[in-house]
Amino acid sequence: MRFQLREFITALLWLFCTGCSEFETNVERGARTQMLYYGLGTEPATIDPHLATGLTEFNVMLALFEGLVNIDAATGKLVPGVASSWQQSADGLRYTFQLNPAARWSNGDPVCAEDFCFAYQRILNPQLGAPYAYMLYPIRGAKAFHTGTTNDFQTVGVQAINPYTLEVELEQATPYFLSLLTHNTWWPVHPQTILSQGRPTDRLAPWTQPENFVGNGPFRLKDWRLNHRLSVDKNPYYHGRDSVKLNGIHFLPIEQNAEERAFRADYLHLTSSVPIHRIDWYRKHLPDYMRTEPALGVYYYVFNTAKPPLDDPKVRRALAYAIDREALTQHILKAGQIPAYHFTPPNTSSYSIAAQFKYDPEQARRLLADAGYPHGQGFPEFELTYNTSEAHRTLAVAIQQMWHKELGIQIRLYNQEWKAYLATRQAKDFELLRAAWFGDYNDPYTFLSLAESDNGNNPSNWSDPRYDQWMDLAAKTLDPAERLSYFQRAESYLMEEMPFMPLYFYVTNRLIHPSLEGWYPHILDYHPYQSLSIKQL
Amino acid sequence: MLSISLRRIVQAIPTLCFIATATFLLLRLAPGGPFDQEKALAPEVKAQVEAFYGLDKPLWQQYLHYLGNLLQGELGPSYKYAGWQVEHIIAQSFPVSLELGCWAFLVALSIGLPIGIAAALNKGRTLDQLLMPTSALGICLPPFVLGPVLLLIFSSTCGWLNPLGWHSAGDRILPALTMGTFYAAFIARLMRASLLEVLQQDYITSAHAKGLNPIRVIGLHAVRNALHPVVAYLGPTLAGLITGSFVIESIFFVPGLGQFFVQAAFNRDYTLVMGTVLFYAILIISFNLLVDLIQIWLNPQSRDA
Repeated sequence: MRFQLREFITALLWLFCTGCSEFETNVERGARTQMLYYGLGTEPATIDPHLATGLTEFNVMLALFEGLVNIDAATGKLVPGVASSWQQSADGLRYTFQLNPAARWSNGDPVCAEDFCFAYQRILNPQLGAPYAYMLYPIRGAKAFHTGTTNDFQTVGVQAINPYTLEVELEQATPYFLSLLTHNTWWPVHPQTILSQGRPTDRLAPWTQPENFVGNGPFRLKDWRLNHRLSVDKNPYYHGRDSVKLNGIHFLPIEQNAEERAFRADYLHLTSSVPIHRIDWYRKHLPDYMRTEPALGVYYYVFNTAKPPLDDPKVRRALAYAIDREALTQHILKAGQIPAYHFTPPNTSSYSIAAQFKYDPEQARRLLADAGYPHGQGFPEFELTYNTSEAHRTLAVAIQQMWHKELGIQIRLYNQEWKAYLATRQAKDFELLRAAWFGDYNDPYTFLSLAESDNGNNPSNWSDPRYDQWMDLAAKTLDPAERLSYFQRAESYLMEEMPFMPLYFYVTNRLIHPSLEGWYPHILDYHPYQSLSIKQL
Repeated sequence: MLSISLRRIVQAIPTLCFIATATFLLLRLAPGGPFDQEKALAPEVKAQVEAFYGLDKPLWQQYLHYLGNLLQGELGPSYKYAGWQVEHIIAQSFPVSLELGCWAFLVALSIGLPIGIAAALNKGRTLDQLLMPTSALGICLPPFVLGPVLLLIFSSTCGWLNPLGWHSAGDRILPALTMGTFYAAFIARLMRASLLEVLQQDYITSAHAKGLNPIRVIGLHAVRNALHPVVAYLGPTLAGLITGSFVIESIFFVPGLGQFFVQAAFNRDYTLVMGTVLFYAILIISFNLLVDLIQIWLNPQSRDA
């Protein structure tokens, strides 16, 4: 009996070891089958392009949908998508798109101009409650329809001239209009699929479930299990199918730290980020695996300008000038972030800033003295609120020390759980608040409009008619140079008033396996899958 | 047994009602709502969305509406995952947690019981002195330490197992070990203490004195009676194991219910929190009932108690 047991255990161990030695990693399997294993970092909340808001969702939807125009991965230039060509009227107010007759939905139906009209009517229907419906406001009458001023969609400047010709009329000339079309809010949805699952405005309709889903992108939805995997395979009806090299993608919503571990074990070709504590290791040992790319995002603190002493621009400037951002980015953040001495990130379209402030503790002390607080005397202690995160805390502690050292003032740090933090921000119940903003499209307007008086994302209580006027003039002018000069004036003024104190510009850090080819940096983190392929190493 | 079961089921109804009410109220007291996000929704859009989900109605109406749906077996739509029903999410993720929980339970029992028995039978000897500190270590090592250590050994160093995922049979080993070890240590200590107490009973001495086979005395008489406190512990343990663990699921990327349980609270996904809490409550009540029935079977005298 004892002998048999020993034999049994030996056999089990042998089976176990031999089974494991022939183990094929996902990276190897991917090279063999052209399947990409993509770490998403978090679960996409939806793949409905009219309801999605985050980058995670965008990265998945980019495989499943296609808009009128695409971005070429290598050059970053706009290239035809569903539209094979387009014309712009002389006054810049009318765009006519010729759709590619070969464009198909994943069930074989042709993608028609009417599908775009249906999609735009759906997203602008106030009953859907689409979070980013405002992205379509450049269309004539879109805002009035969305805000319920009218319920006649005929008043909205979108028209299907014939099945393959779409005309879009704009409210005013919008230089970045074509780049807007790469955003998911402008993508079409399949009318029959949505209508078969209920009303177009039913947020609960299960049309995004794999058994119902129809898209028009290079891939089609195969399988979706929350917190496990979302898989897509090649769409045989996609008009550019011959240029798509991947056979499919497995999107895996693995949390950041586990994702890095998975990457090291060849479980993933691509991660969504790199944990801060591993960045130095990769830089030193596997520099070819880590990609640091500029991102269109700014990390900043918001002053509540209604609360003294932060209601004084001199105090706000003093606080801003006393922070050594190089020290923050080099010694604390260490992920390649760029110190921010202005608000709009570098590389934003063709925009360049006219002026920026600098780290100047001497000037900061003078400003604070001018405001009535020489050497910080009598300066009341105030509170910095941030959402709970080790990275935010470390940065806040460093800034707390810098202000104490340079200006002799004290602040309290107060962290809140994410939703509690959002409620605090909404109620404007703070003194200084951590914030971040990522551009929805590549234009300075997406950043500078934040400080406009009526912007719902401006909790600073700062409002200035002069600033609003420059922004208004920038929106109305047809001359690109003049438009940018208005933005420059607005930004210079914003940095004088300093309701927002920029700290650094974001970068995107990713781990990319060398077998993955065709991945190019893009400021909006737009990475079309058509260019990707996996080679055998 | 049937009457006990029926009585306990009837008693469970007010408990569940209390849990539902308390969870509902606590959720609404927490600051922030399901549709608050970094890029704030325009007020009119937020109002539309809240109206769609009935969140614009007075709280008591929302509560009654929820209870009404609950009675019809509907847990409602998830606020975070558009197009997903809560019952769908539970149906998809619970089987994974159940499977992992059962494996972990098996690990806990198969390690904990023999160690506890061996330690009790060798009280004060080297084996006991070796096993008990080891079990203390098992209790002290939290899963977020043990999990990565096991990964380091079996995945990163030896390369025998996947670092994460839930695809092959081998993917069950490390999460089950990590989850089960903690409970195994508890079971071992509980079993040792209980068995030591039983071994001192007169009827065990009598059995030995009458010359009964020692294996029969230990196996049939001592261990069976020593199991009572262990079984009482196993009920909530099994319920805890099969409803999933956020830590284990995050470390090993297991698509179980535990992650939803925690994430839903952070996301203020009211319906998903309510659904998972109620589901968890029903499981605990059911397992406690099951444990009581097993204890009655083990010791019919406890029926009166």
